[in-house]
Amino acid sequence: MKKFSWRGLSIIIFILVTAFYLAPLAIPNLPGWWSKHTLKLGLDLKGGMQILLEVDTSQLSDADARGAVDQNIKIIRERIDQFGVAEPSIQKLGEKRIMVQLPGVSDFEAAENLIKQTAMLEFRVVAQPDEAKRVLDMIDANVSANLDRFPALKKLEESDKTILAESDSLDQPMVSGVFSSLVRPGEMNHEVQFDSVRLIQDLVADSLFQQMVPAGWQLALERADAADPRADRALHVLSSAVELSGGDLAKAKVEYGSSTSTDPRVANKPYVSIEMKREGARKFERVTADNVGKRLAIVLDGVVYSAPNIQERIGGGRAQITGRFTSSEANELAIVLNTGNLIAPIKPISTSIIGATLGTDSIRSGSTAGLIGLGIVMIFMALYYKLSGLITDFALIFNVGFILAILTAFGATLTLPGIAGIVLTIGMAVDANVLVFERIREELDAGKTPRSAVDAGYKRAGITVWDANITTLIAAAVLYQFGTGPVRGFALTLTIGIIGSMFCALVFVRSIFDTFVVIGTKKTFSV
Amino acid sequence: MRIFTNTHVPFVEIRKITYAISIIFVLAGLIGLFTRGLNWSIDFTSGVAAKVNLSALDSSVAPVRIDELRSVLISNGFPEAEIQHVGAVEDGTFMIKLKSKDADDAVSSDTKTRVIEIIKENFPEHVQGRDINSEVIQELYEVGPKVGGELRTQSLLAVFIAMILMIIYIWFRFELTFGLMAIVALAHDVIIIVGIFALTGKEISVQIIAALLTIVGYSINDTIVIFDRIREDLKTNRKEPMGKVINHSINQTLSRTTVTSITTFFTAFSLYLFGGAVLHDFAFAICLGVIFGTYSSIFIASNLVLDFNKLTHKEKQSVQKLSRRK
Repeated sequence: MKKFSWRGLSIIIFILVTAFYLAPLAIPNLPGWWSKHTLKLGLDLKGGMQILLEVDTSQLSDADARGAVDQNIKIIRERIDQFGVAEPSIQKLGEKRIMVQLPGVSDFEAAENLIKQTAMLEFRVVAQPDEAKRVLDMIDANVSANLDRFPALKKLEESDKTILAESDSLDQPMVSGVFSSLVRPGEMNHEVQFDSVRLIQDLVADSLFQQMVPAGWQLALERADAADPRADRALHVLSSAVELSGGDLAKAKVEYGSSTSTDPRVANKPYVSIEMKREGARKFERVTADNVGKRLAIVLDGVVYSAPNIQERIGGGRAQITGRFTSSEANELAIVLNTGNLIAPIKPISTSIIGATLGTDSIRSGSTAGLIGLGIVMIFMALYYKLSGLITDFALIFNVGFILAILTAFGATLTLPGIAGIVLTIGMAVDANVLVFERIREELDAGKTPRSAVDAGYKRAGITVWDANITTLIAAAVLYQFGTGPVRGFALTLTIGIIGSMFCALVFVRSIFDTFVVIGTKKTFSV
Repeated sequence: MRIFTNTHVPFVEIRKITYAISIIFVLAGLIGLFTRGLNWSIDFTSGVAAKVNLSALDSSVAPVRIDELRSVLISNGFPEAEIQHVGAVEDGTFMIKLKSKDADDAVSSDTKTRVIEIIKENFPEHVQGRDINSEVIQELYEVGPKVGGELRTQSLLAVFIAMILMIIYIWFRFELTFGLMAIVALAHDVIIIVGIFALTGKEISVQIIAALLTIVGYSINDTIVIFDRIREDLKTNRKEPMGKVINHSINQTLSRTTVTSITTFFTAFSLYLFGGAVLHDFAFAICLGVIFGTYSSIFIASNLVLDFNKLTHKEKQSVQKLSRRK
């Protein structure tokens, strides 16, 4: 003759949902549709890398800028997929930010380069030595006329003068200009010493300096040698006409030079071979025909990768990018070339890298703290409220299970602050029960029967429970709104914990009381 | 088992003493804040933080000393580097922090690469045979200046908005004076805890902001339970003076306030002791929050309501308003 009750139904749903989502954690070999619902661990627990990138759309028109971020996300996703990362997460944050999370990635430098590389591929003709000399002289003249606008160069010139004055040796060759004093004419190129590389890099990227370069030409440094990063680097003078670009490319792949090759840059070394589209191949053929005897530079993101001599006209649209690669570098280059160039440059604005061992330690210490806290609270409740305390303990365990289950159901990730949130919830979750029990004690002291004391206790304390918890929910909601990453995880677990604890106290524990403890006209109540 | 039964502590009468205690703590906190300032973590200042393990595989290699590491970093252009041991000295694990002082010397996106290179070059014996990216570098954070600044504004805004929303809620459920005084009590808690962080030089990280907001939520929870009781008692004892009713309500709820504080403190303290290094300061803040939050709920918030009403001669009005509403 039991009546249907909403309370009973909600308890059954509560238990079923909890059991459904927790089962995959406990039972192996569940069917796939079930076991795929497992709690995901955050990067801080699993180890890995997280990069927040900002897309620079300042060079684009408004219409292009709108699509640029989404286009970039697509390209980054493709690159990461080809790089091979399990469960990467790539999200757009706000207007022009992209959050990339790569669990389990340890080679973060490679990953970062892969993501942020614009991969703007260009083929440009290199200036002949006499042309290059002329260009550098003109730059010197322009710079010395505007020396005040380049504080770094001005400082350099002043220190050069003092050195010259001190050394007082007249047979020192007069330095022609402050800019060319940074470069040394070599056999084929102009070389830059390691100490000056940074300055030259900054200058080449500086738009003010670019105005000093005569029209039709531009400067680019050669790529650093990974094996010897302090070696001199060549500074090339390139024609500003782009003969071929990334759009002409059909496919890039890694190959290895034959061991019999006489060129030390190719023998046994990995290189990237590229294949051009039909239109690109035609252009390539024309460019090579027109420039026999000159050099053609392969430029990626403003850095010269190689500048081979054009010996003859090349048909078929095939070329090689050599450049002292390690095999993983060659592999990454092939990936970025194949996935195309980013529409707008991106810059990492914050990066976190967390080692895998740290994550394991965090899980261990977090759960130890949780279990100890849980144990103490349970013992305390049982001692303080006797049978009612034990029932609360029972509900408390369900509450912890409920938090984990709902996190799983939402597809949320468990972070270390999230674990802290659960641990704290254990302490705060009993509050609703404490409020009710204290009230029941008062009612019993006032001489009420257990039945009416329980009813009155729940009725009066219920209002307080709502008032008190809504304010905590406000704090949690604000945290969620303003927090990022881990803090959000904390806010979410706190919120779920509060809702779960209110349910446990007001519905779950109450119905156990009503059904098993306070039956008929029993005279005692253990609280 | 019961801790408090039928207590009659004269909370209202002794309020001058408890106010004085609070004022001393708040003043100490403010002095700490103004003299020592806050030690913002790189989350807010922007910069680089790296945890590196430099214990050599070859046990004959002498472990890196902290001053060695410091002088290497200084001579390579990072004089502002803060270096600390992590764990035992023999572990050879260090936390290196480079904070940007202002926007001009903000870290660029390759500062972290440079730090790694410096370590690779200067401690080859300690790095040898181990993968630099996964074994030597255990944690690495880099925060650009833009993100840091934004986060600081956002966090202050978050604490502010949370407080405003709570005033509105309490205003709606109780009365404006109650809302305002609850916030005064909250500000008291926050100032004391932030002051303790300033005095001890502990870092204010994003996690600490999260802890502060949790404390705000927790402390207001305690306060509201007492307010709720005051409202109820005011309705049933309309003839009694407000001070007496408030004192009675605090005593009635004393047992609950203490029990909840104890259980929350247990879990927070367990996090402090066993939760590991990452959660240490977070748990420390929560522990402080439970102590001061409970104190301000019992001794400050309700008493302030009483005094404020006396001051503005709104005692009667306030009682009427509260007992009229549900």
